[in-house]
Amino acid sequence: MACIGASGELTDSARRILAALDPPATPDQVAAHVELPLYRVRSGLREMAEAGLIEINDSGAYSITALGRSLLKPAA
Amino acid sequence: MPNHETPAPAPAHPATPSDQPASLPRLGMPAPHFEAVTTHGKVRLEDFQGTWLVLFSHPADFTPVCTTEFMAFAAVAPELRKRNVELLGLSIDSPTSHIAWVLNIKEKFGVDIPFPIIADLNKEVATLYGMISPGESKTETSRCVFVIDPNGIVRAMIYYPLTTGRNTDEIIRLIDALQTTDKHKVATPANWKPGEKVIVPPPATMEEVEARLKAGFECKDWYICKKSV
Repeated sequence: MACIGASGELTDSARRILAALDPPATPDQVAAHVELPLYRVRSGLREMAEAGLIEINDSGAYSITALGRSLLKPAA
Repeated sequence: MPNHETPAPAPAHPATPSDQPASLPRLGMPAPHFEAVTTHGKVRLEDFQGTWLVLFSHPADFTPVCTTEFMAFAAVAPELRKRNVELLGLSIDSPTSHIAWVLNIKEKFGVDIPFPIIADLNKEVATLYGMISPGESKTETSRCVFVIDPNGIVRAMIYYPLTTGRNTDEIIRLIDALQTTDKHKVATPANWKPGEKVIVPPPATMEEVEARLKAGFECKDWYICKKSV
């Protein structure tokens, strides 16, 4: 998975995308914030949603789940 | 494995009807949907909605013409980005091969490849888009270019043989022409470049003929008029 590396850690781009979802944001807003191409943001959001790290609300904005927040925290 | 970039005589065993692809995209029709593994992760066609997409195939990684083409595409990527265009490469190679080739291009030529490359090992996307020309090779994709607009419609297609590298300036010119056509509802003449006059669509009725002759366009005759945009 492009969003989670072989060691189980978030990739750098996934971490940037995830961090941009607080407060919840649309793919366009995330792309503008993290300065990644929109296709990469859409692809990354889809993969993170499939992994349960984020969820989409009725207005099309994505927010971080508890699992996503736990991965965003720096390692102790 | 033979190097199919080397000029060769006509194939001894020409393509048979069964070699023909099942379908080909058509201009003005929705581009075939795909989901594919790339060097930038898994992408779908709809991920590019809202941007123009240049989907292009090359015969194989670590081959000379393809390497020059990839560096040429990388060189024009910033110009294409200014035009809201993303690049997406494709060949029937593995992700590992793509990554190794991209790293090799960086090492040997100092060129970063900024766009994703589809690893189409099962030929799924290549088949959908008719990228394999069995008369040339049954195992490699030809040098195809598909220009797909922000609504997912196929707007232009270019097919080059294995032996001939593409002209990226022409691809930029094509994008400029398509975007100018969309913006101003005009056509563009042969060898048109941005800044040059465009063609006013020909009239379909006598009323339109009379109207255009009064409109102040640069007309050689009623059916061929140009204007600046």
